[in-house]
Amino acid sequence: MTETTKMALGRRTLLATGAAAGAVTALPRLSRAQAANTIRIGVMNDMSGTYRDNTGPGSVACAQQAIAEFGQRGFNVELIFADHQNKPDVGVNLARQWYDQGIDLILDIPTSSVGLAVNNVAKEKNKVAINVGSATSDLTGAQCNPSGIHWAYDTYMLAKSTGGATVKAGGDTWFFITADYAFGHALERDTANFVRAAGGRVLGQVRTPFPATSDFSSFLVQAQATRPKVIGLANAGSDTINCVKQAAEFGLTRRGIKLASLLLFITDVHSIGLQTGQGLVCSETFYWDLNDRTRAFTRRVLPKMPNLYPNMIHAGCYSAVLHYLKTVADMGVTAAKGPGAEVVNRMKAMPTDDDCFGAGSIRVDGRKIHPSYLFEVKKPEESKGPWDYYKLLQTTATEEAFRPLAEGNCPLVRS
Amino acid sequence: MDEIFGIPAPLLFGQLLLGLINGAFYAMLSLGLAVIFGLLNIVNMAHGAQFMMGAFAAWMLLAWGGIGYWWALLLSPLIVGTIGVILEKLFISKLYKLDHLYGLLLTFGLALIIEGVFRNEFGSSGLPYRIPAELSGAWDFGFMFMPVYRGWVVVAALVLCLTTWLLIEKTRLGAYLRAATENAALVQAFGVNVPRMVTLTYGAGVALAAIGGVLAAPIYSVNPQMGSNLIIVVFAVVVIGGMGSILGSILTGFTLGIVEGLTKVFWPEASATVIFVIMAIVLLARPAGLFGRK
Repeated sequence: MTETTKMALGRRTLLATGAAAGAVTALPRLSRAQAANTIRIGVMNDMSGTYRDNTGPGSVACAQQAIAEFGQRGFNVELIFADHQNKPDVGVNLARQWYDQGIDLILDIPTSSVGLAVNNVAKEKNKVAINVGSATSDLTGAQCNPSGIHWAYDTYMLAKSTGGATVKAGGDTWFFITADYAFGHALERDTANFVRAAGGRVLGQVRTPFPATSDFSSFLVQAQATRPKVIGLANAGSDTINCVKQAAEFGLTRRGIKLASLLLFITDVHSIGLQTGQGLVCSETFYWDLNDRTRAFTRRVLPKMPNLYPNMIHAGCYSAVLHYLKTVADMGVTAAKGPGAEVVNRMKAMPTDDDCFGAGSIRVDGRKIHPSYLFEVKKPEESKGPWDYYKLLQTTATEEAFRPLAEGNCPLVRS
Repeated sequence: MDEIFGIPAPLLFGQLLLGLINGAFYAMLSLGLAVIFGLLNIVNMAHGAQFMMGAFAAWMLLAWGGIGYWWALLLSPLIVGTIGVILEKLFISKLYKLDHLYGLLLTFGLALIIEGVFRNEFGSSGLPYRIPAELSGAWDFGFMFMPVYRGWVVVAALVLCLTTWLLIEKTRLGAYLRAATENAALVQAFGVNVPRMVTLTYGAGVALAAIGGVLAAPIYSVNPQMGSNLIIVVFAVVVIGGMGSILGSILTGFTLGIVEGLTKVFWPEASATVIFVIMAIVLLARPAGLFGRK
């Protein structure tokens, strides 16, 4: 098995003013015979910004783990990775370049604005794109793509699990603090629908500039002034971390206001610390300490991880690569290098099964389905070891966890 | 309840206060930049990275050495300032005779390297740093809680800014410094060690950034990109205030914090851009900045 990893582009332009032009991707040169028998996977995500820990090197490590476990089955697999800096234009350029240079699969693609943009490139070029890191449910809704799959989670699933449970627990008036781009808008929309459907009310929302906001106190005070029972955080990464920290500082929780962190990864909880984070509820589709299979996977991959335990995006990259390689072995390398829609159709026809998500499948709209879990962050005294952070509150079954096929308005779904 | 533009008056007052707190950070950071630019003619693009190092130094002192907030407030600027002195000796001092652009590029490169090293070592999601027990808690104003710590930040920033301004404008040492920028050779002829003075000035500017970092650590997540988020805004503040004007950068820092705070109420989506709009207008009307001398 030849597995090559190459850092293609990994430098963040720190200042918008000093933005540098994208560097040239240098793929290792292969002979024609080698190239025809090599599957090339490109992991595109945030290597240097706010979502680095949630995606970044962890996703690469998990994809490599899948390649290593898949083993040698008559073809070579090569993996490269690059930083899209959370900018749609950088992502689109890179995707075009990669597909033109013979990359067969682009993986991860966090940040919904970039995820949607790369999804369009994949559709136009009929190449495979598996989105693990983005949240927007539009990827399998109005913007669904015959050669695309959305793997680990989405805004509908988060809204249903966290939002639904919070309303049920009596939190029926909401104010949203929303990151002002595709992801935040989708998460706010999907959650607001659940709140209203359950008889709750949305009192207002404030859209915060992304990624330039680090002080949320003003927004939190505005939210508090409308006297909601719940403040919904439709943001992610360091935005969520700063909101949680500052909400504690400004005594919001002491006044009986609940925070609904609609997208919180275990990597974020690690950063907030249990002292500040205790009692928060959040939803993930993977937790390392869920069952024997997830613990076994975590033990195997941990030595390769960058000082982090895997979250649902990292696990999703593992699971997606494993299923993709099984499909390649099934249909042959030549066919797998052909039209992306056919590869994805074959992937949809095969059931999925792996240590991270258990048995599942991929729907016609490109939605990979599996159970989702609602967790509560433990109190410091309840945590017994490193990264022992979650208590499982409830499980939503595979068929219930994601948006019903008919409601997504995906053109691939024939009514 | 009285309302101003449809916003209840106490709430608006609260928002002004919050704006003032952010303004305190802008003022502290732009002050350091102004000192360095005014006296050394170096556009210090590494200032954000040095602010971040200040916060990280506080975290390291606590996590690795068990040394708390108050000592960190003293030690962190000393440590980071010393690193600044070394950087000045090794690199920056070679550039004084060249165009501004070289200093800008060098310090920009340094910032990228420093942030990259921290990112590789500590990841991007940040590290927790708790508010010191003496300053935890909040005043209840009825319409909002005002954390004690934020009040402390404003007071500390004001004291720091005034001290620096007095030191440079009103003391003999400050007079030497200002004279050295005008004519270094002449000041040296009077027996003043100008290169050493310049090195220490850079160190002091960096130490100011580090103090800002320590003050920020309990409020924001201590992460490698915390400085790069702020530094662009702070540069805009310096430009609006007038490059190199100490008083200008202090006043502009606080004022723009308030302007930004108000924007967060009336048009939140624009709060990240409002300062740059003001910068553009000021540059058109007064190219030297509001307090610039030229």
